[in-house]
Amino acid sequence: MSFGFTNVTVELAGETAIENVDLEVEPGAITAVIGGDGAGKTTTSRTLVGLLSPKAGSVRRPEAAAIGYQPEAAGTWRDLTVSENLSFVARAHGLPVVSDRHRELLEVTGLGPASDRLAGELSGGMRQKLAVAMAMLPRPELTVLDEPTTGLDPMSRAEVWRLLARAAGEGTAVLATTSYLNEAERASHVVVLDNGRVLAAGTAESIRASFHGVLGISATRPQGGAPAWRRGNHWRVWAPNGSLPPDARAAAPDLEDVVTAAAYARLEAS
Amino acid sequence: MTSRLAETSEISKRFVDNLAVDGVSISIRAGEIVGLVGANGAGKTTFIRMMLGLLRPDRGQVILFGGPPSRATRHRLGYMPQGMGLYEDLTVFQNLAFTARVFGVEPPALEGDLTGLGDTLVADLPLGLRRRIGFLAALSHHPDLLVLDEPTSGVGPLGRAELWETIHDAADAGAGILVTTHHMDEAEQCDRLVLLSAGRAVASGTVSEILAGQKTIEVTPADPAAAMARLGQAGLPVLPTGANLRLPGVTIDSVRSILGGDVGLTESRSTLEEAFMSLARGV
Repeated sequence: MSFGFTNVTVELAGETAIENVDLEVEPGAITAVIGGDGAGKTTTSRTLVGLLSPKAGSVRRPEAAAIGYQPEAAGTWRDLTVSENLSFVARAHGLPVVSDRHRELLEVTGLGPASDRLAGELSGGMRQKLAVAMAMLPRPELTVLDEPTTGLDPMSRAEVWRLLARAAGEGTAVLATTSYLNEAERASHVVVLDNGRVLAAGTAESIRASFHGVLGISATRPQGGAPAWRRGNHWRVWAPNGSLPPDARAAAPDLEDVVTAAAYARLEAS
Repeated sequence: MTSRLAETSEISKRFVDNLAVDGVSISIRAGEIVGLVGANGAGKTTFIRMMLGLLRPDRGQVILFGGPPSRATRHRLGYMPQGMGLYEDLTVFQNLAFTARVFGVEPPALEGDLTGLGDTLVADLPLGLRRRIGFLAALSHHPDLLVLDEPTSGVGPLGRAELWETIHDAADAGAGILVTTHHMDEAEQCDRLVLLSAGRAVASGTVSEILAGQKTIEVTPADPAAAMARLGQAGLPVLPTGANLRLPGVTIDSVRSILGGDVGLTESRSTLEEAFMSLARGV
């Protein structure tokens, strides 16, 4: 079965943190929840794993022992070695302290040569890979990782996504949150959150296809109040009704354009 | 020739056994936006602190407005640190008035969706609005050189578009701007980029200069997971993208030798992120 939310609303200290959020996290696939700070990514993760209770809506999750969860910027013990961190998780799940699984994860993360180093001495990228390996070790039915790639260099980010793809390949349902919109391409399903609400959802491709109207590029700010945002030395102009200002030429919208236009549309509607 | 507002020559800084910045040279001219791009720990903040005169380099030289950093140069600098430099227990007005008083100028007006926030405690503002107030404070004395450390982190899509518009406006008005980000998709907002990796500047130039000659191989294997594992074991950088795998900065031959001669592959131009991966690997 798949995990996730149906129409979930969560309040924190009397304020709405996420509102009417639907979420599908399927076995064998990666769902990415994308948004800036305060968009509701951490609330979504914590609610999915059962650390927060929704005010409304329903949450589908396996039993606690079948969930692997890595909170944001945490999840490794800095004063234990790489190997000891993995053994600790194994012991907590009643598994052999050192097993084929342990050795396999050391190999696929590339952490084998660093197995006796303290987690606190690892680079950010290596530490994050260790955190993902720890979440994968007991082969959970659902793995939830909050911002596993934030602040990492592009190479390390790609390696973390490679590990997530491997976890999905083992049949786990994976949810990862990120603030990088371009990581949408690495997931099979994407939910873009803005201010606690879903701004766009689907595959990266279907979200791009959901763009309605025409996007134009203009060297100057378009007159007449059409929605427009600057990028580098040009303006991106959105014509929801399909008619661009005369000095704008049509262009293919990218994911950033689609999300910005959706945020505009929501602002207009409110 | 446009005047150089800031110039660093081969500056370096070591913290105990960590060489945080290793011989970085950059210059910023009036009216241009220079992006300093790199991961956490790449040395961005340390570099900025040296350039502003807040931290003394172990080696190399910093020239601000034609001379060494001093109290006098501070008046011509605007700096928004990652922490934003606002007092959380003061209101928005009190923060703006304090900064303006320090520089002997009038506090800026609150416009657009900032209108009406004057009496709100900064601690009660959402992060995105807080960042925009921090930006307003950094701009209030019309600095010649503006340094913004991750100005858009935590800001929603529209707030981000508005912040970048303000940054472009400041540059159009003649300010030189240094901005850090680890979002590659923001880097194309900049006139020039400096890519930092492990304290070193691994590339610099305009986006098109950095992308020139950078190629990525895209393969469409029948079994992506198996192909990814084999390419990864061979030490090649692999980015899963939709149903395909992208390998920046590798040769067609190296992919064929691992996946076999009959695998479908195309060569395409690298994205900025892919170029950065190749450059950081020293390809």
